[in-house]
Amino acid sequence: MKNKKILITGNEIVVKAALAAGAQAYFGYPITPATEIMTEWDKEYETRKKLIFLQTEDEMSAGFAMIGSILTGVKAFTATAGPGNILMQDAFAMAEAMRIPTVAIIGQRGGPSTGSVIYSQQEVTLTAFGGNGEGYRIVYSPSNIQDLYDQIIKAFNVAWKYRFPTFVLTDGYTLKTRALVELKKPKTLVKSYPLVLKSKIRNSSQESNYENLNNTFTTEEECFKVNTNLLTAFNKIKDKIAESESYSLNKQAKTLIIAHGIVASSVKQALNDSNSKKVKLFRPITIHPFPDQNLKKALLGIKKIIVIETAANQLLKLVKENIYGEKIPIETYCRPGLGISPEEIIELIK
Amino acid sequence: MPKKSLNKHNSNLAWPKCWKHSSKPHKFCPGCGHPIVLKMLGEIIDELKIQNNTLFGVDIGCSLLAWDFFNIDTVQTHHGRTVPVIVGAKKSRPDALCIAYVGDGGAYAIGAQHLVNSRIRNDNITTIVINNANYGMTGGQDAPTSIPGQITTTTINGADKFYMKGPEMVANISDIPAYVARGTVDNPIQLKMFLKKALEWQIQGKGFSFVEVLSFCPTNWKTDAKDTLAFLNKLKKIYPVGEINNI
Repeated sequence: MKNKKILITGNEIVVKAALAAGAQAYFGYPITPATEIMTEWDKEYETRKKLIFLQTEDEMSAGFAMIGSILTGVKAFTATAGPGNILMQDAFAMAEAMRIPTVAIIGQRGGPSTGSVIYSQQEVTLTAFGGNGEGYRIVYSPSNIQDLYDQIIKAFNVAWKYRFPTFVLTDGYTLKTRALVELKKPKTLVKSYPLVLKSKIRNSSQESNYENLNNTFTTEEECFKVNTNLLTAFNKIKDKIAESESYSLNKQAKTLIIAHGIVASSVKQALNDSNSKKVKLFRPITIHPFPDQNLKKALLGIKKIIVIETAANQLLKLVKENIYGEKIPIETYCRPGLGISPEEIIELIK
Repeated sequence: MPKKSLNKHNSNLAWPKCWKHSSKPHKFCPGCGHPIVLKMLGEIIDELKIQNNTLFGVDIGCSLLAWDFFNIDTVQTHHGRTVPVIVGAKKSRPDALCIAYVGDGGAYAIGAQHLVNSRIRNDNITTIVINNANYGMTGGQDAPTSIPGQITTTTINGADKFYMKGPEMVANISDIPAYVARGTVDNPIQLKMFLKKALEWQIQGKGFSFVEVLSFCPTNWKTDAKDTLAFLNKLKKIYPVGEINNI
């Protein structure tokens, strides 16, 4: 049976996806281009008794209130952008240390500082590695509105299955654009569960019946143990999560473009419009963990790589790190904070 | 460390039932006021029989040393962020007793915006602030509560004349009634009454409740027992003890 398709904006679809994934709570602070996620959630909140909503005093409060809610077993999420993403790193660092399954939608806007309110891909590094830890986080980068819907549902499932902070990295274009989306019902939903206040009936003489959660450690050894546990757990799930997409009109093409998010859509369009047989596209669906194995496979027979992003050196850095040792020359088309059209890409690959 | 034997023979030395034994002796400095507050709090939690339905949030700063103090679900958060964590938890579990336990830096400096807005929203939580007039954990720096002339490691010639009256601010920034009080560790019986009233306020669903506690910090005040009490008395003159209700 076919699901119905509706014409809807990215911001609206975020809320529909979150509800389909079983989200019950939203904590947030207004910021362009992600504000309508909150206003849409508020509309739902007004009509559904079970939902929770709080417009907080700032992004730090939004992030930490989300953590408080999640601790009690609620699927809570937030959305932010740019300077808000910076402030929220405080909370994400705690979530990373304590394996709290936060879900955050990041509407990337131009940086640095307040930048533009519209669009960029300059929050890749901040979102994936923004804390004072090693970046034990899962980051999806959908390339269109349908993808946004699908990846958000996946993000809630992955967050609660593996308990790492999970992000859906999108942008002002995707969030503000209206397009046709199929509201697919999720095949599986991972259940949430409380991390504290698990039961009102507990044997009070048994210390292990109570959760004492900390993230400050007295000795280096204690801290090292926590870090080692996080690293081991993250490495274990890396390959299960890492995802990518390859696209080409000719499998023998010798040039590989690497792009993510909406820029990857632009590249696809360029390949189709120019009927290019010389160029292939590799799109990391997960920015972190990076699909390194898939990329290495995609490099077979490739003579040239072109990294295209609306940042100066964020995807590029990840690519270089993950193909270390390869001798293939890398060209770049990097436009920090500036949208990249299919026409420009056609010109580039002519 | 004697445990049960003490409980049996001398009820005055009894530990609250909800205290966690394996984390004692506690991690606070000798002469610190925190354990007095935590003892009173523990006794109330025992009396109200809410040990199994309480979430206790502690900040960064000396309050974090209480992260494993109780057999009570506890979460240690980041500096100043305990109020929002507790707010988020309370929104999701309105039936649970949710307490934010923070220092004067966490409440009035780095987390001031959270305290102000939680009060304005009339969140149904209880915030307990330990006011020792300096930043204890980092070695005694100037706090919003440091009093005029106070020597700290960042006011080596004496603090300026400006200081923060937290409970008075909390009581007065909203017309909505809240339970607000200032207690002191040298009067634990009165302090216990204030804390109990604050928790009952939350249990009755009346909204925001707030207790500031004037507390000892001999390590950073660099005082002996006599001078510690003398400095606390000085604080009491600036920060009047009692209920500060607008109800």
